[in-house]
Amino acid sequence: MGNFTNPEADLDRFRFRLGFAAIFVLLAFGLLLGRFVWLQVIQHDFYQTRAEDNRIALIPIVPNRGVITDRNGVILAHNYSAFTLEITPSQTGKLDETIDALAEVIDIQPKDRKRFKRLLDEAKNFESIPIRTRLTDAEVAKFAAHRYRFPGVEVKARLFRQYPLGDIASHAIGYIGRITDRDLKWIEESEKQANYKGTDHIGKTGLEQHYEFELHGETGYEEVEIDAGGRALRSLKRIPPVSGNNLQLTLDIKLQEITEKAFGDRKGSLVAIEPSTGGILALVSTPTYDPNLFVDGITPENWKELNEHPSKPMINRAINGAYPPGSTFKPFMALAALEMGKRTPNQAISDPGYFNFGNHQFRDDKKGGHGMVDMYKSIVHSCDTYYYMLANDMGIDNIAKFMGSLGLGQRTGVDLGKDDSGESKGVLPSQEWKKQRFKKPEQQKWYAGETISIGIGQGYNAYTPIQLAQATATLANNGVMFRPHLVRHIADTKTGGQRLVEPQPIRDLQLKPANVDVIRRSMIGVNKEGTGARAFAGAPYEAAGKTGTAQVFSLKGAQYKEGAIKKELRDHALFIAYAPADNPKIALAVLVENGGFGAQSAAPIARMVIDYYLLGKLPAGAAAEDATAVEEERDE
Amino acid sequence: MIDIVGTLRRSWQQLIAHIDFPLLFITLAIMGVGLATVNSATWDSSHRMLSQAGNMGIAMVVMWFVSRLPPQKLMSFAIPLYVAGVILLIAVFLFGIKVNGAKRWLSLGFTRIQPSEIMKIAMPLMLAWYFHKYEATLKLKHYIGAALLLLIPFALIAKQPDLGTALLVGAAGFYVIFFAGLPWKIIAGLVACGAAATPILWGMMHDYQRKRVLTLLDPTTDPLGAGYHIIQATIAIGSGGALGKGYLNGTQTHLEFIPEKHTDFIFAVYSEEWGLLGNALLLFLYTLLIGRGLIIASAAPTTFSRLLAGAITLGFFTYAFINMGMVSGILPVVGVPLPFMSYGGTALVTLFLGIGILMSIHTHRMLVKK
Repeated sequence: MGNFTNPEADLDRFRFRLGFAAIFVLLAFGLLLGRFVWLQVIQHDFYQTRAEDNRIALIPIVPNRGVITDRNGVILAHNYSAFTLEITPSQTGKLDETIDALAEVIDIQPKDRKRFKRLLDEAKNFESIPIRTRLTDAEVAKFAAHRYRFPGVEVKARLFRQYPLGDIASHAIGYIGRITDRDLKWIEESEKQANYKGTDHIGKTGLEQHYEFELHGETGYEEVEIDAGGRALRSLKRIPPVSGNNLQLTLDIKLQEITEKAFGDRKGSLVAIEPSTGGILALVSTPTYDPNLFVDGITPENWKELNEHPSKPMINRAINGAYPPGSTFKPFMALAALEMGKRTPNQAISDPGYFNFGNHQFRDDKKGGHGMVDMYKSIVHSCDTYYYMLANDMGIDNIAKFMGSLGLGQRTGVDLGKDDSGESKGVLPSQEWKKQRFKKPEQQKWYAGETISIGIGQGYNAYTPIQLAQATATLANNGVMFRPHLVRHIADTKTGGQRLVEPQPIRDLQLKPANVDVIRRSMIGVNKEGTGARAFAGAPYEAAGKTGTAQVFSLKGAQYKEGAIKKELRDHALFIAYAPADNPKIALAVLVENGGFGAQSAAPIARMVIDYYLLGKLPAGAAAEDATAVEEERDE
Repeated sequence: MIDIVGTLRRSWQQLIAHIDFPLLFITLAIMGVGLATVNSATWDSSHRMLSQAGNMGIAMVVMWFVSRLPPQKLMSFAIPLYVAGVILLIAVFLFGIKVNGAKRWLSLGFTRIQPSEIMKIAMPLMLAWYFHKYEATLKLKHYIGAALLLLIPFALIAKQPDLGTALLVGAAGFYVIFFAGLPWKIIAGLVACGAAATPILWGMMHDYQRKRVLTLLDPTTDPLGAGYHIIQATIAIGSGGALGKGYLNGTQTHLEFIPEKHTDFIFAVYSEEWGLLGNALLLFLYTLLIGRGLIIASAAPTTFSRLLAGAITLGFFTYAFINMGMVSGILPVVGVPLPFMSYGGTALVTLFLGIGILMSIHTHRMLVKK
C-alpha cells in the first residue's frame, strides 16, 4: 500500500472484489440449489414416505417418580393415581364456551380456570391440559354421561405425588411442585429437556430436589396416528417410560417421629448420625410443614401463612440455622489442646471464678470458681476459666485450624437441595475470616481478647446443627470423618441393581487414641456426675455427652435469670452426645432455640432419642397412648 | 385545472424521486411470496397475514424516508448510531432482561428494545465511514482499528448469547473491510487460522453447542429434542418434490409438524407447498436483489457509499443463505429469519432501512457527481 492511492486503481480493485462477491453468491446459491435437488428430486420418495408416516405424533408418557422409603422400608413419598379432567385445545372449538359448558356438569372454580389459562400458555401441541384435578368417582360418572357433548375433553388418570406421613421429616424429604422458569433453566443446563417433555413437576427442596434426576425416570412416548385435523386415530408404537429410581434412606422414620414429638412446640433441630458411615438417622427441624400442600401448587393463603409465621417453619434449621455452640465446643477445644501439646490431661489450673485479660474480666458461671481444675473436671463441670486460659494459650488460628479439620464452619455436603448452596457455612472465626468479613481496616484486625470467649463457644462462633453432629460423630469414630448423607442406596429401576451411596471416609484426622480416650472418659463423666447426669440417670448404657448454652442476648454482667427475660431472648440450649461410648452406634447434636440451659431442655431429648435407638424404648407419652389402645381393643 | 394536474404530477414525481424501481419491484415480488406463505403458515391458528402486511407498510415508509436522505447525511449518523448501539449493548450486558436464558432485551418501561438489531445497520455504516475517512492513507493499522470496531459489538452480542445476530453483524462488518481492500494474504491467513482453530474451538464449546453440531450431522440422535426441528423441516422440503404439494396443502405445515413455521422456518412451509420450482424462483429473486445491490455499489461515487452498498447487499445474501441452509439441514440452527419472508416487524424495518440506504446511494449519485 502506497501512502497515496490512485482512485482509478481503487475503483478497479473494488469492482474486482464485487465480481468476486457475485461469484461467491452464485456458488453459495448453487450449493443450496444442489441441496434442494438432492432432497426434492433424488430423495423425494424417501421423504414422501416420511411425510406420509408423519401423520404420526409423538406423545410423551411421563414416568412414575421414584419412591422414597426410610431405612426400614416405610414409605415416605410415593405416587397415587387420580382422575383429572383434561382438554386438548386443538380439538375443541371455542375454549371459553367449552369450559362454561363443562362448568354446568362439573364443579369448576375460578382458580381452576386461572391455572388452566396459565398452563395453556406454556403448553405444546397435542397436549391435553387439566382443567380439574382429583375428580371424585361421582364426577367421573357424571362426565361420562355427558361426554358426547365435549369433543376434545376427556377424563385421564394421572399420578400425583403424596407424602403419607404429612409433616414428619418434611425438611429432609422436601417436596415437588410445578416447573417454573427457574426450574426450566436448571433442566436446560443439565441437558434434560427431551426427558422432561410432558413432565410438569420437579423437586423443589430437600431430597426431592437433590435426587431429582434419579427420581424422575425416563420419559417414554407413544406414536399416535393423527388425521388431517390433528386428532389421534390409533396408537402405532409405544416406548414405555422407565420409572424413576427408588431411594432408600438411612433415616429411621420412627426415630424421626419420636424426636419431632419430643420437641413439642419448641423450635429447634436435632441431627443424629451413625458414626461408622455418616448415615443420618434423624434430621429434625421444628416446626415442620406439610409438603402435600405444595404438590398441586400451594394456595396463596397457605403460602403466606408458612412464610410469615414468626417461627419460620420453612427454614431447615439443621442445615441453615447457625448457632454459637456454647459449651459443647469444650470437648473439641480440649482435644485440640491435647493434639497440639498445649495441655496434658492432668495439668490443672486454679479457678478463682474469673480470668483477667488486659483490663477486662471474663467470668465463670460458678461464683467463686471451681478450685483446682484438670481436663476431666473442666469438661464434666463445664469450667469456663479453664477454656478462657486455653484459648488464650492456643491463639485463634490454631483453634480455627483444628476446628476446620472437624468440618466446623464448612458445608458438610449433605444430600439436600439442588447443590450445597442451600446449606449454610456458619462461621469459623480466624484472622483471615475477620479480614474478609469486615470492610473497615480497624474492624479487620483480630484482637487477642476476642479469642478468649471463642474458647467457650461464644463470640463469633456459629455452626449448624449438622456440623456439630458431624464433628461429634467424627469424635465418636476416633477421628475418621464421613460426609453426612440421607440416602443409603438407590434402587436402579432400569438395571434392577442397587447403587450404594458409599460411606467413603472424607478424611482421617489421625488422632492419638489416648487423647480421644481422655475426651471420651470426660464426656462419659458429664452424663454420670456432671451437667448431663440428671438427664441420663439410670441409663443402662454408657453415653458420652456435653451440654451447652448459647447466649442470644448479652446481659452485660447482670445475672442470667430465666424468668426475667422474654422467651425469644432466652439462651439456646444445646447438647451433643454419642452412645454406647465404647462402641458408638449413634452420635447427635440437639439444639432447642430459647430453651435455656442445655442440661434442662436439650439433654432430655437426646436421652429419649438414644433410648429409643439403642433399646427400642418408646418415650412415656407415646407408650401410654399405646397402652390405652390395647385396652380399647379388649373392650371390643 | 391543467395546473392542478401539473402540480399533482410534479408532487408525485417529487414523492418517487428517490425510489429505485428495479429494487422496489424485486423486494415487492419476494414480499408477495412471503405474504402468501405467512398466510399458509398461520392458516390454522393465528392468521398473521394482515398484520404482516401492516408491518410491510410501516417498513416501506421507513424505506421511503431513508431513501430521501443524501449519503452525506447518512454518513453523519455513523458515529452517533454506532456509539449509541455499543452503549445500549453494554446496558443489555449489565441490566438486560433474560428471556429463555439469553439477555437480549432492554426494558424502557413501556416497551422493550433489542439493541443488537441496531448494530446490523450501525456496523457497516460505521466501518464505511471509517474507511472513507482514511481512504487516502490506508495502512495495516487501519485494518486493525477496523477489526476492533467490529469485534467489540460482536463479542457483546455473542455473549448474550445470540450467535445468529452476532454472526450477521460480524459478517456485515467483514464485508466492508473486504471491499475496502483487505489484502488477500490476510484473508487467506484468516481462513487458514479458522481451519486450524476448529479443533480448539470444539474443545472450548459448551456441551449444548457441541450437541447442536452433532445433531446437525445426525438429527436422528435426538428426535424429541433439538433434532426435531431439522428432521421435520427436511421432511417438509423433501416431500415437496419438484412441483410442491400445492398452496395450503402442505401436510407438514398444516399438521403442525414444522416448528416456528411463520418465522425462522417459513422456508420449509414455502418449499413444501411450491417444491423445487418454487425454491428456484425464490433463489432467482434473491439473486436479482443481490445483483441489483451490487450494481448500485459498483456505480456508487464515493468510498463510503460503495462500501456501504456492497456490505448491505451481501448482508441480504448472508441472511438468505444462512436461513435456507439451516432449514434445509446444511447449517446449524441459529435464529436468523429469511429476509422479506419471515413474519416479524423489527426484522422487516431493519431490512428496509438497508433497501432505503441502497436507494439513497443510487438516486443521489448524480448530485454528487455534479
